[in-house]
Amino acid sequence: MILYDYILSPDAYKIRLMAALVGVKLELRAVDVHPGREHESEALRALNPAGSIPILIDGDLILTESAAMLVCLARLAAPAWLGGNDVADAARIQQWLAFSLRLTDHLGGARATEMLVEPGDLPALQAAGTIDLRELEAALTERRIIGQTFLVADRPTIADIACFPYVALAPDGGLSLDPYPSIRLWMRAIRMLPGFIEMPGIHRLHELKPEPVSQLPETV
Amino acid sequence: MTMAHQPMIDQWYPVALASQLPPEGRATQLMGMPITVLPGTPVRVVTNDGRDLHVIVRYGHVWTSLGKPSKELFDIPEADQPGRRLVEVGVVRVRCSPLRAVENFLDIAHFPFVHTDILGAEPHTEVGKYDVEIRDEEDEVWATKVQFYQPQAAKSASGGITTDYMYRVPAPTSTVLYKTCPARPGEWDVITLFVQPLTEELCDVWPWMALFDDETALTDLIHFQQMIFLQDRSILENQIPRLLPLDPGREIPTRADLTSVAYRRWLKRHQFTYGAQLVAQ
Repeated sequence: MILYDYILSPDAYKIRLMAALVGVKLELRAVDVHPGREHESEALRALNPAGSIPILIDGDLILTESAAMLVCLARLAAPAWLGGNDVADAARIQQWLAFSLRLTDHLGGARATEMLVEPGDLPALQAAGTIDLRELEAALTERRIIGQTFLVADRPTIADIACFPYVALAPDGGLSLDPYPSIRLWMRAIRMLPGFIEMPGIHRLHELKPEPVSQLPETV
Repeated sequence: MTMAHQPMIDQWYPVALASQLPPEGRATQLMGMPITVLPGTPVRVVTNDGRDLHVIVRYGHVWTSLGKPSKELFDIPEADQPGRRLVEVGVVRVRCSPLRAVENFLDIAHFPFVHTDILGAEPHTEVGKYDVEIRDEEDEVWATKVQFYQPQAAKSASGGITTDYMYRVPAPTSTVLYKTCPARPGEWDVITLFVQPLTEELCDVWPWMALFDDETALTDLIHFQQMIFLQDRSILENQIPRLLPLDPGREIPTRADLTSVAYRRWLKRHQFTYGAQLVAQ
């Protein structure tokens, strides 16, 4: 599988992260999005007329939407990431995949404006992103009350991976995550998953490393 | 902006990538002053009230000054050395003091924790002894004989190596790093951070590189540097106090911070205080 990739793209990171979590090896093709705008070049528009990154290619299959790529990777390597057979759960996953597009527009828009100096109405994007974060915080808080950590099932699904990157990078767009304890707990659970990989701005959990052993004697 | 900042007003700053100027120009600001960078031959930089500023195009970037630069733009002789690849990394905006952006670049001790498994790794966290001086003739801060163990020092490095570094601060918001060149031993790779102060607590950062590396695709070189700098960004935006303190106070430097100490001392000596905090708190 070939992924047309950009190290700073949260959507591309979703796919790298999902592939790492389910053990699929990707062949990465780096695209000079910033500052080169290579994703808008003729060659890449031939693959993806929308001119966006990432693009996933598996034989004849060309995917340009990250939600579709998550489904593809899960079906291929780890179907448990698609949730169980429950009707409501299946529908909820679709709900969150659609919700993740709002995150791309609002939190991703704020990030591109604030960090990469792209044109955009920053206060409006931040206001819309704040509404998204509050909705997610409320949903995750309800999950916590019934003893659950992840968005849909009693285990992580593609819904969590679809929403995680733009939320975790909200501070890049000037939106602090300090007011959202349930989101922060959820992000920590995702960062603890075996096989988790990082991207710039999303750090690994150093605190999970063994405590340094004190060289000092117990008593002085 | 007060006269107190005159020494920094008279310095050169990067305000655009010369290769990326849109036809209508790049509207930006410098030290709180709105300016527009206009493409053409020559490139012009104008203020909103129609004043033409001093301009020089060098190291891929358009440089300007709100005042009268007392010196030419600092020289990087390696930039003209044949065989080097000149890499324009693009702009990244950071909500921090422009001086803090430079100071973080001079720090080695954070590598294992912020650039884990790339520029550093636990347990190799010790910063060995190195030399720091303010060179009077060039009027620049230099740190030499810096050594650090790095799992992946550059895009062209395979496996861990002990990397030699030299750091140089030739202007208050520009810094040049020389490091072991994996592809050509005996030469130094040049990695710079050119910082455009937008305000005292906001800056546009323009990393730029001059490397010996014929193997790696240009895009991979750009992305390696963007990855490194973006790992720094979230740290920089959370540093407190937001202005760089020039007097000893809350921040207690350690031996590993000698370069930072010299940089702050040099800033204070020249009254380069835009983005600095002068009274210890």
